[in-house]
Amino acid sequence: MTVEPPGVRGADTAQTGAGTAPAPLDVAALRADFPILRRTVRDERPLVYLDSGATSQRPTQVLDAERSFLENSNAAVHRGAHQLAEEATDAYEGARAKIARFVGVATNEIVFTKNATEGVNLVAYAMSNAATSGPEAERFRIGPGDEIVVSEMEHHANLVPWQQLCRRTGATLRWFGVTDEGRLDLSELDSLINERTRVVAVTHQSNVLGTVNPLESIVERAHRVGAFVVLDACQSVPHGPVDFAAAGVDFAVFSGHKMLGPSGIGVLYGRHELLRAMPPFLTGGSMIELVHIDHSTFAEPPQRFEAGVPMTSQVVGLGAAVDYLSVVGMERIAAHEHQLVERALRELSAVEGVRIIGPESTENRGGAVSFVIDGVHPHDASQVMDDQGVEVRVGHHCAWPLHRRMGVPATIRASFYLYNQLDEVTALVDAVREAQRFFAVTPTAG
Amino acid sequence: MQLEQMYQEIILDHYRNPHRHGLREPFDAESFQVNPTCGDEVTLRVRLVGSGTEATVADVSYAGQGCSISQAATSVLTDLVVDRPLREALDKQAAFTELMEGRGQVEPDEDVLEDGVAFAGVAKYPMRVKCALLGWMAFRDAVSRVVDEVGAS
Repeated sequence: MTVEPPGVRGADTAQTGAGTAPAPLDVAALRADFPILRRTVRDERPLVYLDSGATSQRPTQVLDAERSFLENSNAAVHRGAHQLAEEATDAYEGARAKIARFVGVATNEIVFTKNATEGVNLVAYAMSNAATSGPEAERFRIGPGDEIVVSEMEHHANLVPWQQLCRRTGATLRWFGVTDEGRLDLSELDSLINERTRVVAVTHQSNVLGTVNPLESIVERAHRVGAFVVLDACQSVPHGPVDFAAAGVDFAVFSGHKMLGPSGIGVLYGRHELLRAMPPFLTGGSMIELVHIDHSTFAEPPQRFEAGVPMTSQVVGLGAAVDYLSVVGMERIAAHEHQLVERALRELSAVEGVRIIGPESTENRGGAVSFVIDGVHPHDASQVMDDQGVEVRVGHHCAWPLHRRMGVPATIRASFYLYNQLDEVTALVDAVREAQRFFAVTPTAG
Repeated sequence: MQLEQMYQEIILDHYRNPHRHGLREPFDAESFQVNPTCGDEVTLRVRLVGSGTEATVADVSYAGQGCSISQAATSVLTDLVVDRPLREALDKQAAFTELMEGRGQVEPDEDVLEDGVAFAGVAKYPMRVKCALLGWMAFRDAVSRVVDEVGAS
């Protein structure tokens, strides 16, 4: 099915030549593709949507692709021999191929899950299941004396599954600290990742701090000691070019709804050689090779890890999202968000009583800007900001240990995407000042 | 503007100058409640004099961190229940919970809820209802640890 190119209503979607700076996005044209951005909130305020780190909005092209699939080709994939089954399976597998190319890996290295969280759990439970699997699963076995390394800046999705794996198997959890600036503290890299380490699970880009972590040294060290690297790429894949094969990670997860796609679809990447040896997590239909009444053997990956009838229109929608992002260009999106973050950091820092939680420079930093306002609880601030139409996230953003480390119970987070405009940064800053005024904590005016 | 309906001056006053704040001895039971979506938390202690539901609430003390709504609601709670019969305190707890879960459709009774009626505007914001109920849930939970006839919720 054909997907209308992004921002066709007058967009400049010129592709850039090699070696030149990416052409700026025509954001106004792109915004026309996102119906929700035309609505108003709370007493007819224009919507200023700054919560794409939690979930992104979907362009018409993605919505149309899902609807078109359901209206024309819907069937259970990998079952039956009728024409609809054939078309549905082609659409599903075609999307897998597109998504694989988008992150630089082979098609059979992509496993669909219901979300990124399930992807991390899949690997963690497969490692538990290795204890009762055959010799091919030897390298996934884990037990007392083994160590798993995470970091203090992990989202709960890349922390709790590893805590639980340690509880089930007797392995020990260790973690990288975070510096005051909000960077990963790699000073203990060589002792933290050692001969006992089996898994290093880290985020590519912090969902709170915006910090982009240096993968090269972590991957190099992990592989030297024979550990797997599991990458949480939920905040990186949507926002810039990412190549898992080039990064050398062993597993990675990301979610559809943060990259213009549907919710209910997550992606797990695993190096094919590892997926081939890894025992299944969920079992049942579709993932088998042979089933007898008392035992079964399992299909090759990726089917081995996709038990039951999978999400289908969601996968097709994510395929359309990847098409959309590819046409716009990930380099251009990254450059655009860089501009937004630069302005947000500069203007927010200039407001007395506002403190940025995370790096204040734009170097190795993505499109999430978290901050606190002296004297105004984040929940209260967001209520006033919402009243201005500015929709930000507040709380601990599923990164409670990180907030404890940074010495704050909660933060306000603005997160940007390709459809955000520079004047929305101004709206953000104005809303922050309004929150200060409302709670009478304006530092100078009193 | 709805925002002013939510943040009534009474709420802001209680937030800036919370009543009976701090943790005190003696107490009969303590409850720790957390709002997992935002990380706000309250530790609340109850001191009862007398037995069963015939008891009187002698003291409520608390500490924690949270937004203005959760802090003010806990401050108001202490005004409503301290030195009152437990039975009456539980009636107020039920009335406040009903108000907060009423999506703005419940008309509060000022004779029962006093300053608590100021939270009627908060009930229109479903995402904030848990903030207002945090301290009240802690109160109910603490009482249930002392009085067998009272359930935790």
